[in-house]
Amino acid sequence: MAQEYKLILKHADEPGYTPDIECYLRHGGYDSLRKALTVPVVELSDGKKKSAQEQIREDVMKSGLRGRGGAGFSCGLKWSFVDRRSGKPIYLICNADESEPGTFKDRQIIHKDPHQLIEGMIISCFANDVKLAYIYIRGEMPKGAKILNQALKEARAKNLLGKNILGTGYDLEIHVHRGAGAYICGEETGLIESLEGKRPYPRIKPPYFPAVLGLYMCPTIVNNVETLCNVKHIVGMGGAEFAKLGTPNNTGTRIVSLSGQVKRPGYYEIEVGKATLGQLIHDPEFGGGLLDGRKLKAVIPGGSSSKVLKAGEKFKLKRKVDGKDVEERPIFLIFLMISIRFSKRAP
Amino acid sequence: MSFSIPAGLEAEIDELITHYPVRRSASLMLLHAIQEHFGWVSPEAVQWTAAKLGLEPINVHELLTFYPMFRQAAPGRHQIKVCRTLSCALGGSHALHRHVCERLGLDAGAHGLQTTKDGKFSVEFVECLAGCGSAPVMMCGDDFHEGVSGKKADEILGGCK
Repeated sequence: MAQEYKLILKHADEPGYTPDIECYLRHGGYDSLRKALTVPVVELSDGKKKSAQEQIREDVMKSGLRGRGGAGFSCGLKWSFVDRRSGKPIYLICNADESEPGTFKDRQIIHKDPHQLIEGMIISCFANDVKLAYIYIRGEMPKGAKILNQALKEARAKNLLGKNILGTGYDLEIHVHRGAGAYICGEETGLIESLEGKRPYPRIKPPYFPAVLGLYMCPTIVNNVETLCNVKHIVGMGGAEFAKLGTPNNTGTRIVSLSGQVKRPGYYEIEVGKATLGQLIHDPEFGGGLLDGRKLKAVIPGGSSSKVLKAGEKFKLKRKVDGKDVEERPIFLIFLMISIRFSKRAP
Repeated sequence: MSFSIPAGLEAEIDELITHYPVRRSASLMLLHAIQEHFGWVSPEAVQWTAAKLGLEPINVHELLTFYPMFRQAAPGRHQIKVCRTLSCALGGSHALHRHVCERLGLDAGAHGLQTTKDGKFSVEFVECLAGCGSAPVMMCGDDFHEGVSGKKADEILGGCK
């Protein structure tokens, strides 16, 4: 029986849960940040030392976390591409330009639990020696931008952000940057151009990764809202523990956005791989089935760039590698949005 | 026509510029601040912004013509944005748009932003507003409304002074 598993949205919809810092602190907020900032340096057998930052990055790699923006790229791997020897500043940008048709999960996090995102961001910045970070939020979310600005102000007042965070000597500033209605800004190099004050034309590749040349031609990490929230939980529970959630090569939870003509459209957080499309559409705790008189015609499993799945269509979920059957990632693990289209009600 | 930026707004703008190591980066945020104050971005405001950031006016003008949220002419005091992307379209956003236009005496079939003669309302279709689970959705000013029926739309319009 498939069921919800709430990690990111654990508190967001609880009655009485508010987006202010006091409420967040009452629910154990910023404990993971405190833990991250005080990870002791480890002496290795060869006499070398492993810093707190390196240990956190290793833990994120171990967790198997994949990006929640849509492409599903390994977060730990993305961080490992960062050029740390260039001598240039490293930037981190939170991609909150949620505009893929059918996706509406980041809005929930930003509006209901903004400090979870900020905590995840501070930890991610600390782990990557970032001193200046931005939240690029789409222009159509003016309320979200206000909520984030308020939350950042509260975090600064508690010395969780700004100079010498919690007396550790670590400085970090985070600013909110608003888009102005362009879908293409969700593409990371377009987003970077936009943040530089230009038209958001995606950059010609190579270089393939902003981790080498990104914002102001400096190493830059671009992570989705939900991805950064997950970092907080990885530090909280440990990468190995996090990796037990979901499936072996696709770990953690995912917030599925279900819309279209189902009885209970909405967002549902599940362990990755622990529910099928059919369960999401029909189970009473998820979509609850189709609206009366409707017949399933097609499902869009994620964004405009994904394949439209026709009802009854069969997919091969195995592929041959070196002559052996290798299990493919089930389709919906890769995508995060489900729209359902139906035929018109019969006359 | 003389163009001037009030001291309070300029202070806000100066603070925004400090958020970035490169002044040009502040362009979008400056245009937002100016549009929030004046309702639109005039050619004089483009000149002013460019001078403020040490840019050529074309560097600012090209943003104005690219990003759909920026206005080159004054819109209505209350701006209605109805989402027309797939989930909302399935949820009745075209009927909602028609309802709102008809109520305000606007042509629902006309392309682009439609503004009432008295300058009180502007109505337009926009792309996905990230509220697909509660379609159809629309914005009225900065406020986001979900599951908007004709009746609810009437209440929202009625609440605009």
